[in-house]
Amino acid sequence: MPIMLEAKGLHAAYGETKVLHGIDFQVVEGGVTALLGANGAGKTTTLRAICGMTRTQGSITLGGKEITGLSTEDIVREGVAHVPDGRGTFMELTVEENMKLGAYTRKDRAGVDQDFERMFNYFPRLKERYRQQAGTLSGGEQQMLAISRALLLRPRLLLLDEPSFGLAPLIVKEIFSIMRRIRDEEKVSILLVEQNASIALAFAEDAYLLETGRIVVAGKAAEISKDESIRRSYLGY
Amino acid sequence: MEGFIHQVVSGIATGGIYASVALALVMIYQATHHINFAQGEMATFSTYIVLTFINMGIPYWIAFVLGFVLSFLIGLTIERILIRPMQNAPILSAVGVFVGLLLIVNSLSGWFFDYTIKQFPTPFPNHPLWGGYISGHELGSTGVTLAVLTLVYLFFRHTSLGLAMRAAALNPVSSRLVGVRVGWMLALGWGLAAAIGSVAGCMVAPIVFLDPNMMSGILLYAFAGALLGGIDSPLGAVLGGFAVGVIENLGGAYIVGTELKLTLALVIIVAVLTVKPSGLMGRTVYTRV
Repeated sequence: MPIMLEAKGLHAAYGETKVLHGIDFQVVEGGVTALLGANGAGKTTTLRAICGMTRTQGSITLGGKEITGLSTEDIVREGVAHVPDGRGTFMELTVEENMKLGAYTRKDRAGVDQDFERMFNYFPRLKERYRQQAGTLSGGEQQMLAISRALLLRPRLLLLDEPSFGLAPLIVKEIFSIMRRIRDEEKVSILLVEQNASIALAFAEDAYLLETGRIVVAGKAAEISKDESIRRSYLGY
Repeated sequence: MEGFIHQVVSGIATGGIYASVALALVMIYQATHHINFAQGEMATFSTYIVLTFINMGIPYWIAFVLGFVLSFLIGLTIERILIRPMQNAPILSAVGVFVGLLLIVNSLSGWFFDYTIKQFPTPFPNHPLWGGYISGHELGSTGVTLAVLTLVYLFFRHTSLGLAMRAAALNPVSSRLVGVRVGWMLALGWGLAAAIGSVAGCMVAPIVFLDPNMMSGILLYAFAGALLGGIDSPLGAVLGGFAVGVIENLGGAYIVGTELKLTLALVIIVAVLTVKPSGLMGRTVYTRV
């Protein structure tokens, strides 16, 4: 299996505070990889490091190309879409404008129009709310909007930061069932960060477990979810 | 009654100038949360550039467009060189830079173009129209400012670059994540604000005459207009600018007299800040704690 994303000896820090202490991980092309761990383990920081949003050391390659040291704007142009924590909605803009911004780097008008229709097919709710100010959407709808905005970039790699955060269990179920469709229909590799380990392990093929900036477990998602001792000591369910 | 109508009409004409400068202030405020005190002096400098072109024998409208483009480039360059390094600086450092910029641009105007008061030509027929209610220049300059404001509106509403500039001002982090080059958007905003200022300068110079301090009073009125409309609302700033123009003219004619007109701007500023700091159309930001 070719590798889409590979991190080697990745360090990251905010000012003087070191958050990641040299982690190695991979995302297989077309696959879903989950990054699990408790609050403060460094999951969000890992995603931010990939996007050039923090100070980092070590190496990150995307499809074999080194992207460490590039600006966020250029990493996005390499095909990395990031659904950030808190969803990153442009609250004052309309749903339409939020989606248009997702396709900002693209020049193929016809392809963008088709992709808009595909997004409405995944998330019919967005079509209903098309002209509405995005700040008036519910949390679940904003998550749908954030995922659409990211996919409209036509990314090679999709980074998802806690898509379940702050949402009712029913909405989380809905979003993950659409995420399954997206995984099967779009040619995109996914790196998923979640606190909700059971839902993430059911969705992903590979998984890594972070603890205070170090990877403590790596393996197949199915095996990790079966391993009683890992579940008890790290995942708490 | 006739005098009253005349005062209102010419208030709208000068209000258009204030509206343009107010819009320039708001554009930069929205993106960086700073008031560019040098906005007026930059506009004066742009007006001198246009006058230089006209004196070289270039037709008025070509000189006007050249001035517009050059002002855009000057604004862009100022942002890149002076303002960019200040992006993470404390607010007082930024204020210091803006005050310094005001003094520098003012002195440069005097140094390059000397301090004597100069006449500035108007491209419009300068005789009274419609039974004397409005002069040709007032009508023409109102038309030009309205056209510029409309173009700016259409640019921000209906182009992808305009959308990206709004996004960069509202949410820089998310903007970077969709590939918007936020730093450049701020620079473009500075360029556009400077270009709008050049239009305001050219439209007001035939009325007040051109000297290095031409815009200092106008900046104050524009600031009052921006605050009245809401410092974070472009539409509010434009309407506020027009309102201040009318208030200033009526107040000058009937209440305080022309000598004390500038105090009206200060009264408006103080009144808005005490009674309704967010302005008539501004947003109040609530934060949950």
